[in-house]
Amino acid sequence: MLDAAPTKETLLEVNNIEVIYNHVILVLKGVSLSVPKGGITALLGGNGAGKTTTLKAISNLLHSERGEVTKGSIVYRGDRIQDLEPAELVKRGVIQVMEGRHCFEHLTVEENLLTGAYTRSGAADIAADLEMVYTYFPRLKERRKSQAGYTSGGEQQMVAIGRALMSRPECILLDEPSMGLAPQLVEEIFQIVKDLNEKEGATFLLAEQNTNVALRFAHYGYILESGRVVMDGPAQELRENPDVKEFYLGMSEEGRKSYRDVRSYRRRKRWLS
Amino acid sequence: MPDQLLFGMEVFLNGLMAGVLYALVALGFVLIYKASGIFNYAQGVMALFAAMTLVGIMNGQVPFAHLINAVFGLHVTNFGWTVPALLAIALTVVVMIGLAWMVQHFVMRHLVGQEPIILFMATIGLAYFLEGVADLMWGSEIKTLDVGLPQGINETIDRVTFDAFGYGFFIDNLDIVATVIAALLVIALVLFSQYTKQGRAMRAVADDHQAALSVGISLDFIWVLVWSVAGFVALVAGIMWGAKSGVQFSLSLIALKALPVLMLGGFTSIPGAIVGGLIIGVGEKMFEFLVGPMVGGATENWFAYVLALLFLVFRPQGLFGEKIIERV
Repeated sequence: MLDAAPTKETLLEVNNIEVIYNHVILVLKGVSLSVPKGGITALLGGNGAGKTTTLKAISNLLHSERGEVTKGSIVYRGDRIQDLEPAELVKRGVIQVMEGRHCFEHLTVEENLLTGAYTRSGAADIAADLEMVYTYFPRLKERRKSQAGYTSGGEQQMVAIGRALMSRPECILLDEPSMGLAPQLVEEIFQIVKDLNEKEGATFLLAEQNTNVALRFAHYGYILESGRVVMDGPAQELRENPDVKEFYLGMSEEGRKSYRDVRSYRRRKRWLS
Repeated sequence: MPDQLLFGMEVFLNGLMAGVLYALVALGFVLIYKASGIFNYAQGVMALFAAMTLVGIMNGQVPFAHLINAVFGLHVTNFGWTVPALLAIALTVVVMIGLAWMVQHFVMRHLVGQEPIILFMATIGLAYFLEGVADLMWGSEIKTLDVGLPQGINETIDRVTFDAFGYGFFIDNLDIVATVIAALLVIALVLFSQYTKQGRAMRAVADDHQAALSVGISLDFIWVLVWSVAGFVALVAGIMWGAKSGVQFSLSLIALKALPVLMLGGFTSIPGAIVGGLIIGVGEKMFEFLVGPMVGGATENWFAYVLALLFLVFRPQGLFGEKIIERV
């Protein structure tokens, strides 16, 4: 397996996990991936590929949705973590920013951020981190007293990321940060993710449908299809791979094709099934 | 002033006082509904259970005496001591917290992520179970509850109003105490939920369980906390109702009167529960006073429900119900 930064240690490792919802629905059919410390790793794929489920398996939010990891292991800093409660994982530095932002609508922006520090103690540290979040997201400082439900989609995404930062995380699982945002805002959010990665040393595992943006900012990428990893490699290589170009970036050597051609071609050339 | 008007005013005041008691019960519903989306049918029974436990502890009754006697062939009923009211209240609070823990661990945690209707049915089951346990634990006879709250007519109000209007108002001391306690309770709850870390976490859980879970808030802990607070509110309500009309099983039926209160005030609003309670209290007393004689009386039995029905038609979220924030 190629690695973006081979000198770096592995922070999180997912080994061949299977996830079953409601005791019957098999969603992940053996997913393996490793997240290097200090890197941005992207999890790509279409709807229902299993990106969100993979993240939720790691953060153990699966349990409350009646899902469970039935096979394989998830190892974080050498410890198996798949039986730990989400609260315990947050304490250890693994936090998920959920798809669709999930702000606490009736709490103010600042209260939202403060709930991120729920597992911590020490008022001074928390206040300092609040300021840190405000320097990354100056817009949130302006809106600190407004109810989060009334802020814009971009601001809510910032609240969600800022809230996660308040827990002093080591590994942030970022689920679909681009969802429902204008291209300009997507760019802004990803730029902040990159800043956080470079300046604060935060490790990111992000799930994205927007392959184009994700591969520009990530170091390494995994492509999921129907609950399996079908391809992985450094972001640069994936960007240049002709199949990825065709299926996920909408480009091909012969230029743009008509939709009908693409469809039939695609059916033949699927990696799976 | 004409006597009729003065009498009307007295009825109005008494309605307010009765409303406070409705509000107290409704408050317990709102707390649990807000934090977990569960409509807790057992809230009324919790008030009954709390009141019975309090009386039992104060009188030094042996819990499960009938059961113990039946199994071991003994004849114990009493420890032979009495416990002072404040200590008994503290012990009852401990029992209610224990109850909250048991509800969470044996019932609710196994139903995480289920449909609301399933959770609701679980609380119906809980209500009957708890009623049975209360019966088994403390016996089913009607008990008097006296924790030393002042009772009877308030002489001062009687005298002052008599001097002013030539007509003495009859206001029960107990009602005044209930009002003050309810006000303090609401202030304490608001302060707790607005300005403490756990209160903020409680509101966060109310807004979005999944997100709360994702930032490391333990739902188990928060729900035990919420059920404990609701248990405490039930205890306060139980003390007031018990002091007013004796501790008996019909106490659990006051839960039904809280329903229209909630429909009026909104299921998610603490101020709504209070205002709803007052409106129902005043409304049914005034309606009985003004319209009752024309239709043969007994309007108190149905007035609240008709009012609630009107609200359901014209303003389903209630007076203070949470506005659903929708971004377009």
